[in-house]
Amino acid sequence: MSKNVLAILEQREGTIKKSSFEVLSFVETFSAGNGFTSHAIVIGFDIVNIEEIKKFFSGGIITIRHEKLHNYSSSAYGNLLSDFIKANSIDLIFLSNTVFGRDIAPRIAIKTDAGLAMDCVEISNLNGEFIATRPVFAGKSLEEVKVIPERKIFTLRQNVFKKEELSDFSAKEIKFLEPQDLVLKTKAKEIRKTSGKLDVAEADIIVSGGRGMKGPEHFHLIEELADVLGAAVGASRAVVDAGWRPHNEQVGQTGKTVSPSLYIACGISGAIQHLAGMSSSKYIVAVNKDKDAPIFSVANYGITGDVFEIIPALVEELKKA
Amino acid sequence: MKIVVCVNHVPDTATKIKLSKDEKTIDSAGVSYVINPYDEFAVEEAIKTKEKFGGEVIAISVGPDQNKETIRKVLAMGADEGIHLKVETPLDSFGVAKLLADEIKNLNSEIIFFGKQSVDYDNSIIGQLTATILDYNCISNCVVFTLESNTVNAESEIEGGREVIESELPIVITTQKGLNEPRYPTLKGIMAAKKKPITEKLVNQPEPKLELIKLKNPPEKNPGRIIGSDASAVTELVKLLKEEAKVI
Repeated sequence: MSKNVLAILEQREGTIKKSSFEVLSFVETFSAGNGFTSHAIVIGFDIVNIEEIKKFFSGGIITIRHEKLHNYSSSAYGNLLSDFIKANSIDLIFLSNTVFGRDIAPRIAIKTDAGLAMDCVEISNLNGEFIATRPVFAGKSLEEVKVIPERKIFTLRQNVFKKEELSDFSAKEIKFLEPQDLVLKTKAKEIRKTSGKLDVAEADIIVSGGRGMKGPEHFHLIEELADVLGAAVGASRAVVDAGWRPHNEQVGQTGKTVSPSLYIACGISGAIQHLAGMSSSKYIVAVNKDKDAPIFSVANYGITGDVFEIIPALVEELKKA
Repeated sequence: MKIVVCVNHVPDTATKIKLSKDEKTIDSAGVSYVINPYDEFAVEEAIKTKEKFGGEVIAISVGPDQNKETIRKVLAMGADEGIHLKVETPLDSFGVAKLLADEIKNLNSEIIFFGKQSVDYDNSIIGQLTATILDYNCISNCVVFTLESNTVNAESEIEGGREVIESELPIVITTQKGLNEPRYPTLKGIMAAKKKPITEKLVNQPEPKLELIKLKNPPEKNPGRIIGSDASAVTELVKLLKEEAKVI
């Protein structure tokens, strides 16, 4: 039976995020493979890269546009999306498992009587049943779940599903909807950027430092390596708890669980709660003096040397290339 | 003012997870359980709110008998009473949220704190589900929280920054690391907690919305290669990252 599929996209400050394009590509392939009808929706005001959607997605594109909707409002966004889903009999809904996705998905689930599987890394179709695989215990284990209600919502882990441009795409019209009578019970007034730097949750490459960096004053080495690679800076719990680095950089079970293409762990021994949060990275490099450090058990490539010698050398080598 | 904090009892983050034979649960032998780390921020914020505005802090937990240990810890930190919604078999997030929402409705509380995520099943949705069922406002991932009469000003941590959010009571707040420094229970607090009431309620299991098929172990990582032990190894490393891994 054909189904209506919806990709919910996220814009921040007028730009649709990379993770939303991953969702678009997933929905494009998934809908084509199952013969489903697909739509993509984004709420905002002036969206600078709205035309980009067409390069990744052949379904219908809808924008709910209003000045007051430039910043996120959980109440307004939740109501608008839920109304759209009900009015258009949407069966399957996909969005990225970002802070936005985690905030809005449960809201929509209640309002539209949907079931919900969060942070999925795989979704397979087993005789018409959609089985979602998702990490639990920060990735120490995985669970396979089936969403029971007819209407189902899935959030997709960032950096797991690849965005892929269509080989040819045609000019489509983007449908604009102007909402009436907006009530914003909860609203974001502004966004304060932490440092203008890349966030570990979104980065494709992460360079992380641990206790082996010996003090906050040495983290410029981590930052330099991150800079040449276009990477985000991460940190272990030990150095966050010691106050060397801000908690938004923490990777692990009580920080962020990440799946980048490349994770470089410098002076991190690899406590179990850290390994849980990063071991699903595609490639892991470990630099640590202690050859028995548990981090080497998950690393693809290891250097058992001094971070203060290896990191500067690595920066030089990368600059050469 | 009745301030509610919802807490969960979870395996310590330092424990290894072993699966039971039925592949539906984890093997709890040798696993030590603790209060969910994010819930400690919720408890601290609830107590701070009470210290500022007066009222009482009520801790609620849904789960088996063992969850009482976590409720007791929250009472030792400074909460006034506990409610244990006892269920024998695990529920999905919707079930937990439904039970909590029913109880909060009974209590008529207008300010509810949750940890932003439970570090066992990592859904990070129970606060938002509960708020939506109750038709309360909700701010998730909170790192700054202030309350003045009915107005809430808060900051929510998002990727690469913070959203500055305004809302009002009634509200659900989910707490992120960085919001506060949770206090440790004092000896006096631990003694006092023994006399504080925990009401146990047997509740009906709500209809599930998620069916667990099985738990499985993540794919084994093959042991990697040690390339070297000094700076001369970096040339080889960069070559491998480019040509073999193709990640840079």
